[in-house]
Amino acid sequence: MRLLLGSLFALLIAAAVGLGTTWLVLTRGTAFGAVPIGAWVAWPKTGTRDIDPYSRATFARTGELPVGSGDGVAFFARTDDNGRALDGRCDVRINGTTPQARFWTLTLYDPQGRLIGNSVDRQGFTSQEVVRRADGSFEIAVAPRTRPGNWLPTNGVDSFVLVLRLYDSPVGVATRAAREAPMPAVTVQSCP
Amino acid sequence: MIRWLLWLLAGALLGGIVHLVAVLVLPRTATQDAYSRLTPIAPVNTVAAVPQPAPQGEVMPFMDPAFASAVCRYDLTEGPIKLSVPVSAAYTSVSFYTRRGVAYYAINDRSAGRRLIELELMTTDQRGRLPEEEDVTAADRLIVESPTSTGLIMLRALAPEPGLMPAARAVLNTATCRQQPMPAER
Repeated sequence: MRLLLGSLFALLIAAAVGLGTTWLVLTRGTAFGAVPIGAWVAWPKTGTRDIDPYSRATFARTGELPVGSGDGVAFFARTDDNGRALDGRCDVRINGTTPQARFWTLTLYDPQGRLIGNSVDRQGFTSQEVVRRADGSFEIAVAPRTRPGNWLPTNGVDSFVLVLRLYDSPVGVATRAAREAPMPAVTVQSCP
Repeated sequence: MIRWLLWLLAGALLGGIVHLVAVLVLPRTATQDAYSRLTPIAPVNTVAAVPQPAPQGEVMPFMDPAFASAVCRYDLTEGPIKLSVPVSAAYTSVSFYTRRGVAYYAINDRSAGRRLIELELMTTDQRGRLPEEEDVTAADRLIVESPTSTGLIMLRALAPEPGLMPAARAVLNTATCRQQPMPAER
């Protein structure tokens, strides 16, 4: 009887630990091969044959196709440079330059990777659309209400994800530090 | 007390094994992975346009809305395939994925270096059957080896401004993906 109870207990623990940790890892993302630069994180190896098993399982669950390494690299930002969560009710400023690339696109998604509808039908900017300063740097205002200049509407959602994709860029698997890839600063400025 | 702690330890160890097995098995059991999502809209071995992602819905999460995309869902069991993609004005890329979504090869218009990205996709076995002289002399023949017999080829053309989207889609509409005869056994 004691043996039966004990093994039942152990099996319960095993199921809870095993499936719980799996779920956590697949929904929170992993640190395997991550290249964090400021608020931005890329997983360049997910676009190669050397993709880690955790990313494979994550993509199998979400249905996402990673950007191939011969194509480009995707940087994700879920917080600002100081670790504050990105909230669609706040004014968020993206300011600076991007690493060398033939083209880049910046897109705003909800945390599940869906686009967010808004009155001006704008979900992002491409490197050709964005209005720049004389020195080539740019500033994008991510905000719920109209802003002058480059305005990326959030439609007031609770949380969002910014994805900066560099196409035909030297940034990739070999990139280690911000020195090689200067990413724009992300700052949450004011919240209601 | 000690006995229960031992059972707890055993459970935690077993949990670790469950975790590893779950992570490794999950990609094989997924029913909502990219390949399954594209199967209803993409007939095998032809180029099919992928609907543009929109707030109302999209085929896959985290699709780049600045790109027009098309897919060739391939099956190499009957023979290799030949892919030809005309290059759009801005940027065009071709990415290869296995049935399980591993990106094993990607090429863009600049690395292809011409107005038309033309390549052949075959399994290692089919490549081995190619006559040797053919393999050597064809310097500008681009051959890609697929690690699996089925998979996805994503064709993507950038529209740097929304007004250029129809042109980007039109370019992908002229792309082709055709099955070739099986190379003869040597």
